[in-house]
Amino acid sequence: MKRIYLFLVIGFLILLTLPMFLSPYALGIFIMIFFYAYLGQSWNILTGYTGVISLGHSLYVGIGAYTTYLLTLILGLTPWVGMWIGGIAAGLIGLVIGFFGFRFGLRGVYFVLLTISFAEIGRLIFLHLKIFGSFQGLFITPHFSFWNFQFKENTPYYYIALGYVVFSLVLVRFLERSKIGRYIIALREDEDAAESLGVNVFKYKMIAIFISAFMTSLAGAFYTNYLFYLHPGTMMSMAFSIEIILRPIIGGMGTVLGPVIGSFLITPLAEISRSYFAKAGYEGLHLVIYGFLLVAVVLFFPRGVISYIKRGLAPFLGGLK
Amino acid sequence: MNLNLILQLALSGFLLGGVYSLIALGLSLIFGVMRVINFAHGEMMVWGMYVAYTLLLWTGLDPFFSFLVSAVILFLLGYLLQRTVVNQILDFPEAMQVLPLVGMAMVFENSARLIWGPDYISPQSRFALSSHSVGFLTIDTPRLLAFSLAIIFTVLVLLFLKKTDMGKSIRAAADNRLGAFLVGTDVNKIYAICFGIGTACVGTAGGLLVPIMPLSPHIGAPFTLISFIIVILGGMGSLTGAMVGGLIIGVAESVGPELMTNLFQGIGLELEFPQTMKQVVSFFILIVIMILRPQGLFGGKRG
Repeated sequence: MKRIYLFLVIGFLILLTLPMFLSPYALGIFIMIFFYAYLGQSWNILTGYTGVISLGHSLYVGIGAYTTYLLTLILGLTPWVGMWIGGIAAGLIGLVIGFFGFRFGLRGVYFVLLTISFAEIGRLIFLHLKIFGSFQGLFITPHFSFWNFQFKENTPYYYIALGYVVFSLVLVRFLERSKIGRYIIALREDEDAAESLGVNVFKYKMIAIFISAFMTSLAGAFYTNYLFYLHPGTMMSMAFSIEIILRPIIGGMGTVLGPVIGSFLITPLAEISRSYFAKAGYEGLHLVIYGFLLVAVVLFFPRGVISYIKRGLAPFLGGLK
Repeated sequence: MNLNLILQLALSGFLLGGVYSLIALGLSLIFGVMRVINFAHGEMMVWGMYVAYTLLLWTGLDPFFSFLVSAVILFLLGYLLQRTVVNQILDFPEAMQVLPLVGMAMVFENSARLIWGPDYISPQSRFALSSHSVGFLTIDTPRLLAFSLAIIFTVLVLLFLKKTDMGKSIRAAADNRLGAFLVGTDVNKIYAICFGIGTACVGTAGGLLVPIMPLSPHIGAPFTLISFIIVILGGMGSLTGAMVGGLIIGVAESVGPELMTNLFQGIGLELEFPQTMKQVVSFFILIVIMILRPQGLFGGKRG
């Protein structure tokens, strides 16, 4: 058995016990690490594995969050059920975008623009809906209970977020090994060659975008019930899409552990620098740093941090895939 | 339906469209020569706006003159950006070219916020509130001035590309990078100058927009997107396309919401399509054009 699994299990057990030792503030940072690792992983399924760049993933977060909220508001449905319905809604929108993009052969920048357009249209529409509070956004009055997905303390959120990450890791690992995953990777490497060998490129891209959108939107339900505040200007903006893609790019796209490593590296930095710079009156400085990071990573480490970790730790881990 | 209102909106959209054309011209020029999409385009325009605004604040120079300073400063910024970042990514796969420039967009946007603060400012130009009446239509003087100057600048750039030696080198490098290199053109320098001209276009446009619209660090992204839409509508790399596309989008954004509201009422829906959703009209045009005619109105073969 590969030693990497042993290391992962040990890491998981350490993470399970952490809430006993950490302050609520530190716990909050871990929650954000898991949240962004999960989002990055969801994006990674589409962009890392199929090579189709999406810069509009915030749209799915928004759909997930608002659908879940709306179902709770109107039907009294618990978010635990509503989030799956939101996932299907986001997946369907993903299929629409995918249909336009893949059926009409929009590659590269054209597809990027298509995803941005849909996300921006979505943001503008949600911004004008009265039921979601229009320009003021939506404050949610919490009713603490497990059933409502709303808790007083950070610890339950910590375990839920950890569960999200484990779920995504297992799913992506499973996908990577499955027939679907192999087809998807083949079409990333050379679309025309894969097609000529009989891979139905359109179908497998559609599967990838559906899974990716579905998973991304599940994070929306978490976002709503963790922050108790929804506003399309923040959670559906392009800036949020960039937040989503930053971690997998730095960690390593198209790998199972890349988004998680990226999130462990970037999120604490981001959270601490954000509050530190804001206190010092330099609000936005952390975004300048992000921007330079994005440039530097693509210029100097296009394969992400994970490739260096792999090389450095290869003797200890015995084949980190 | 109020025909008078529609015509008035169409006119003011048309005038703004002239400035859009100039922004899109810069993007199209950069794409046509280097095959790179400048995702920091709108954010650089905001820098052009702030340069003109700062000059107005310090020296009282009207933006309708200081836009030239914006153009020069943005030329230098673009030149440097090409030399440091863009030149390294020319041979990257198309998709990977997007990310560094998105990163630069974040740098421009948030450094503007650090320097000039996050609030909306609307500086007063000398011409701000004057207007002319032509028949039943009113024409805003600042818009008319911005339109005319933008068109003059556009024509100058086109003449530069057609007539001068440097312009010919740029077109040669666009046609065939290796060929231009073989006959002794310094391709890297040409690329940097070309990128500089592209950003000088947005610098100019930014300066001209200062009297027309309030500025804040965060208004850049919509302009980046609008210039993409115009360039795709007109045809990637087509300079005529950028001009015509700019005017079309200008009119469509201005008239679209009013027409949509009328349409909703016509079919008995009590819905309003507010002006703040005007970008939805352009995004809709983008999606339709990408699906039906991806090479754009004036584009040749699909790139």
